[in-house]
Amino acid sequence: MKILVCISKVPDTTAKIAFKDNNTSYDTNGVQFIINPYDEWYALVRALEIKESQGGSVTVINVGGAENDPTIRKALAIGADDAVRVNTLASDALNTAQNIADYAKKEGFDMVFCGKETIDYNGSQVGGMIAALMDMPYISYASKMNIVESKATIERDIQGGKEVLEVEVPFVLSAAKGMAEARIPNMRGIMAARTKPLNVIEPSNTDYMTEIVGYELPPAKGECRFVDAENPEELIELLRNEAKII
Amino acid sequence: MSIIVYVSTKGGDVLKSSLEAVSYAAQTAETSNQEVVAISVGKVNSMDELGKYGANRLIQVQSSSISSFQPNLIAKAIHEIVKMEGSNLCILSHDLNGKAIAPILSVEMNAGMVTGAVGLPDNSDGFMVRKGVFSGKAFANIKILSENKIVTVMPNSIEKKEFKNTTNVEDVDIELGTPRITVIDQKIASTDVPLPEAEKVVSAGRGLKGPENWQMVEDLAKELGAATACSRPVADMDWRPHHEHVGQTGVAIRPNLYIAIGISGAIQHLAGVNQSKVIVVINTDKEAPFFKSADYGIVGDAFEVVPKLVEAVKRLNA
Ligand SMILES: Cc1cc2nc3c(=O)[nH]c(=O)nc-3n(C[C@H](O)[C@H](O)[C@H](O)COP(=O)(O)OP(=O)(O)OC[C@H]3O[C@@H](n4cnc5c(N)ncnc54)[C@H](O)[C@@H]3O)c2cc1C
Repeated sequence: MKILVCISKVPDTTAKIAFKDNNTSYDTNGVQFIINPYDEWYALVRALEIKESQGGSVTVINVGGAENDPTIRKALAIGADDAVRVNTLASDALNTAQNIADYAKKEGFDMVFCGKETIDYNGSQVGGMIAALMDMPYISYASKMNIVESKATIERDIQGGKEVLEVEVPFVLSAAKGMAEARIPNMRGIMAARTKPLNVIEPSNTDYMTEIVGYELPPAKGECRFVDAENPEELIELLRNEAKII
Repeated sequence: MSIIVYVSTKGGDVLKSSLEAVSYAAQTAETSNQEVVAISVGKVNSMDELGKYGANRLIQVQSSSISSFQPNLIAKAIHEIVKMEGSNLCILSHDLNGKAIAPILSVEMNAGMVTGAVGLPDNSDGFMVRKGVFSGKAFANIKILSENKIVTVMPNSIEKKEFKNTTNVEDVDIELGTPRITVIDQKIASTDVPLPEAEKVVSAGRGLKGPENWQMVEDLAKELGAATACSRPVADMDWRPHHEHVGQTGVAIRPNLYIAIGISGAIQHLAGVNQSKVIVVINTDKEAPFFKSADYGIVGDAFEVVPKLVEAVKRLNA
């Protein structure tokens, strides 16, 4: 199986969220970046497991500037064979998806894996767009997947429950919790990653459909009102009469 | 012109998340004098709610090829209707159905898209929509530049406004081709509201010591009519099912009431819940970081406090 895994670079989950330039851009000062957890823990690791048991290859692709290279190298350290970076800003989902789809069409992959969403822009967009652009079936929020020859059996999250389905390659899926267990790269992997190919290609598409105008931080919370542990009934009373929520 | 809104159904009833999308469409249409056209795949039982939240018409797509959830085909059906209506704005819920369908539709329509909107479009200078970013830690205002546009609406984030429309129904047959996905099994949880759409949530963490202690959490949830949730370690240790895991790497929720019991309030947990309207924290440690994000707090032992709360709500309900 020839698998393409889309990886996004996001701020570490503990990173401070602050904005600069009059709240028009994210302040990356002092921020550590990681591979988007859904892309790494689930999509990438499951792809590697399939390769290890059935042969084939795993390529990772990222859309972004050269500052993303260390994050991409981490995916190589975890075990991807090679990497591709499309050298353009990933600020619009359709543009990102178009660039990935154009590359994937040219190379021909059996499966394309994404994470279910990124933890920075929370879009849940790119996977489905790639599928549509490549005219492949899209399986969103996959929580388990197995493949025998060309037929995959996938469990996906649906509204209110789960569903098991069968689909023939090629297809695109977005990975959710349950697909695999996160892996920590070992020393050998880290050494090997230095010499694995990371190819930089120029974007095939430069149209943008959306534009971020500005950011806002949520209003600060007021003081917490404490209720005596001896008298928790008071809480219920406050929720009913003050917060008017129950 | 019309605004198209996709509605999902369960047993013929329109989902709550879809009614919110209808209301979003109707409130958007109000300011621009447009008609709201809802689309469903398959039959809708009752038009009352659709009319109440502002749908003028419902188009029921009948297609023999969609007997299971086929996002590619549903997107195609919506696109056909969009073309028939000459519309350039389509609204869906940002629930699991919308998340699967909307990205495909955006390619079909060649439309710029904002997913997870938490506010109505601002038309004062172009078309701008507000959404949560960084997993609830901030908001972004995003402009859609293209002629065709798609917005998906974050569940529980739009005030539903009431209209008194009568919804006219039309049936349309569309040939959509053969599905490429074969559904072989389905596990739908009971009739409870799915966690992402629940208005009240009772959640518990490692402070509860073990899965055998969850009865009181379930009792409190039941009395309040709430869904249950948990912190990540609790799901990882298999004390609770994974779909209850909330936070930055779990489900993001924004209920009206979130009660956190024995959860420390780590930044990754807060990211998924801090958009809740009222947060109650129950923790033995008065220094627990969660209290900084709480509206109401009890410093105390969950094993003593929670049973008393259950009794208090019971009395209230009686
Ligand atoms: C990349 C990454 C992603 C993550 N994503 C998530 C996520 O999505 N969601 C998430 O929840 N976590 C996430 N985490 C984990 C997070 O950092 C915390 O470790 C986790 O939230 C802690 O869970 P907890 O509050 O249940 O447990 P603990 O931190 O162990 O807290 C238990 C709390 O219970 C209190 N307590 C103990 N006994 C009692 C009692 N009898 N009565 C009342 N209170 C009591 C304690 O004072 C303590 O505050 C993530 C971590 C990383 C690194």
